[in-house]
Amino acid sequence: MTVVLETLNLVKQFGAIVPTSNVSLQIEKGARHALIGPNGAGKTTLINLLTGVLRPTSGSVLLEGEDISALSMHKRVQLGIVRTFQINQLFGDLTPLETIGLAVSERRGQGLDWWRIVGSRPDLVLESVEILEHFHLTDVIDRRTAELPYGKQRLLEIAVAIACRPRVLLLDEPAAGVPEDERHEILTAVAALPEDVTVLLIEHDMDIVFSFADRISVLVNGALFVEGSPEEVARDPRVKAVYLGEEAVDV
Amino acid sequence: MIPSPAAIRAATEWLSARARWHPLEMLFWLAAFAAIFVLPDQHLILTEIAWLGLFALSLDLILGYAGIISLGHAAFLGLGAYTAALLAKFHIVDEPVLALLCGGFVAMAVGFVTSFLVLRGSDLTRLMVTLGVALILAEIANRNGWLTGGADGLQGVDIKPVLGLFPFDLAGHTGYTYCLIVLFILFLLARRLVNSPFGLSLLSVKSNPLRALAIGISVDTRLVIIYTISAFYAGVAGALVAQTTAFASLDLFSFDRSADLLLVLIIGGAGYLYGGLIGAIIFKFMQDYLSALTPQYWPFWIGLVLVVLVLVGRERITSWTTPIRRLAARLDWRTTAHLTAPSTEEPGH
Amino acid sequence: MITILVDGIAYGMLLFVLAAGLAVTLGLMNFVNLAHGAFAMAGGYVTVVLVNRVGIPFFAGLPIAFLVSAAIGFVFERTLYVHVYSKNPLDQVLFTIGLVFMSVAAVDYVMGSSQVFVQIPNYLKGQFDVFGISIGRYRLLIIVLCGLLTVALQFILAKTRFGSRLRAAVDDSRVARGLGINVNWIFALTFAFGSGLAGLGGALGAEILGLDPTFPLKFMIYFLIVVTVGGTSSITGPFLASLLLGICDVAGKYYVPSLGAFVIYTIMIVVLIWRPQGLFSRVGSR
Repeated sequence: MTVVLETLNLVKQFGAIVPTSNVSLQIEKGARHALIGPNGAGKTTLINLLTGVLRPTSGSVLLEGEDISALSMHKRVQLGIVRTFQINQLFGDLTPLETIGLAVSERRGQGLDWWRIVGSRPDLVLESVEILEHFHLTDVIDRRTAELPYGKQRLLEIAVAIACRPRVLLLDEPAAGVPEDERHEILTAVAALPEDVTVLLIEHDMDIVFSFADRISVLVNGALFVEGSPEEVARDPRVKAVYLGEEAVDV
Repeated sequence: MIPSPAAIRAATEWLSARARWHPLEMLFWLAAFAAIFVLPDQHLILTEIAWLGLFALSLDLILGYAGIISLGHAAFLGLGAYTAALLAKFHIVDEPVLALLCGGFVAMAVGFVTSFLVLRGSDLTRLMVTLGVALILAEIANRNGWLTGGADGLQGVDIKPVLGLFPFDLAGHTGYTYCLIVLFILFLLARRLVNSPFGLSLLSVKSNPLRALAIGISVDTRLVIIYTISAFYAGVAGALVAQTTAFASLDLFSFDRSADLLLVLIIGGAGYLYGGLIGAIIFKFMQDYLSALTPQYWPFWIGLVLVVLVLVGRERITSWTTPIRRLAARLDWRTTAHLTAPSTEEPGH
Repeated sequence: MITILVDGIAYGMLLFVLAAGLAVTLGLMNFVNLAHGAFAMAGGYVTVVLVNRVGIPFFAGLPIAFLVSAAIGFVFERTLYVHVYSKNPLDQVLFTIGLVFMSVAAVDYVMGSSQVFVQIPNYLKGQFDVFGISIGRYRLLIIVLCGLLTVALQFILAKTRFGSRLRAAVDDSRVARGLGINVNWIFALTFAFGSGLAGLGGALGAEILGLDPTFPLKFMIYFLIVVTVGGTSSITGPFLASLLLGICDVAGKYYVPSLGAFVIYTIMIVVLIWRPQGLFSRVGSR
């Protein structure tokens, strides 16, 4: 198996706080990798380091062997590292169609085109509609995003990421805050993600994690604690200890 | 799963309809061009409206579309004006259209350089930086009196006929036609721009910069580009001022200009290109009327309008356009597209 | 050389008294009050009318200038400003620019557009000679008065109950509210006090800065530079910034008159680029 995304001795330090301490993580191509850990374990910081929101204090992030630690967020997106956000980050004034159309046109490098109208590219429209249909957003295609039901916004959050054609997709709690009756739709969408896309999932809900992931990393106090297949992690007594709120056992 | 042709057609329709010409828009421009022949007595004020409209359009590009607040947009107006006036005065470029472009390009160059200052920081820092840039330019113009005429303004400018064919006249006939044509051309380009993928990306940056980065948009680059373009537009507006009045003064750089401009755009409403134009019409007629009453105290009325606008709420005030918008909405892209949405289309393709 | 330094310090002190209120409003509510200079102008004109026309002694005019400006500030805060705090920066700017324009035109209407001066008593005119260095008496008075005010301000902020509540509100107004501090009331009082200080500064400065209806516009940028360069988290920052600005401006105009106001504008822009967030929005920096 080939490693797509990798971190080497990654450290992030804010003064005395070390939210990421010496993390060396490998994510294999096509993996369904889950990142779990108790609150405050540093999961979101790690995502921010992977996507370029934050710069590491030391250590590096490699994409297929190339050091991308110094690249800015949008450059990494162009290289295929795409994320969703735990709290929706959408364009409230745009419609889902415009949002997806924009993401597709940016991915194709047509973002600086100021002459042709967005709708004048049949292939772009086709791809946008395909994505919207895939995520069951066709019936709200022309509504303002800010007015959509929360579940639909969550779907759009994933759809935008897919429109960027990620090589590695980082899903930050995709079902967070979604009401029970809309949850199913999101989980189906996550399960139906293209197989060639490598997925790193951050999630609190263990049902989701264990039904989805083929590999699990447990993060505690900013450091990698345990890593293995779902069975191994489920069996590991130290993980149970952490999740039962007991003191972390020294490794 | 392959989408149905009807769904694709509807989507194409939705994405294109915003760029389609609306009958009201055509009416607006027909009226503007008809004024060349119908309102010859009003050409002087119409000339001022035309360049002010262009100036406001340039602010709309950054404020309405990219969300950049500026308190110093007059910097570019002044640059364009002085460039055009100096070129004419020293007979470097005698043909007005060329000088106009030069005015635009000089402003554009300065706009490009200063755009990096507005990239970072909050709205407040942007206000300060733009204001500071305008003040510095005004001070440069003031200090170099040998070139710019200092506080007396640049006098003795002789503007040659446009394209060597149409001399400027005191009644402003040539002036209005010239300004209107320039405004119309630049408006068409701006209209094209805001409806393009680039324009859509600007809206996205304004709406949520973090998400824009997360779909791979280089937010900074986009802001630099639109700020530079906006500076060009403002420079051209300034050049128009200088050419139609054969004069350039320090007042063009002033804070009052930038503040008036904000008012113009706010009256008409930002973010739909016509706001600046409509605002310019209202502003100029209001100014014409009020300063005829009390020329000295005109700023009082501007101030009052600003205070009332904010206290009552800009949205509520600019809702005077609601009837027009509602009329427009009958033929609006979102509405039409929704009514003729999938499946009812005739089979084809 | 020393004379210029003293002039610069006097000028800087004056700027501090003028701008201190703005620094606090900006820090407290994140509200940029471009009309701050209008309150200073009010104080200046009140003194001019009282001293020149009514014949009240100069030193009695100063506290009245403070009180009148503070009262105007209080009324405006309670009736108008209070509706604008929650609006976005663009609205705040439009609103305060509107107030500036209105005040400029209104003062022009009532007082005329020409520059006016306060008749200062004879014993304040002329120069001192200290070790062969001549120092303007009036400037010395300004330095002493403004120095005392600064110390008093520092004392109020650091030692009094009101000061600690104010600092709590500046640090985090939501938490302060949670602790039962009436933030609105604190803000009204602070606003009034800041306006009063500005009015006092306007009264003192009429002699040096010149007073005419465009005062709020002319000095707006100076006040903004003070708060930008100095920051709003303490009173020391704006104080040092004022001194720096005053000395640079006076020295710049004396030694390199051809540069004019560039010196200070450039300082402002450099600082803004150097520390764009940290200076203005404390909220954004954390």
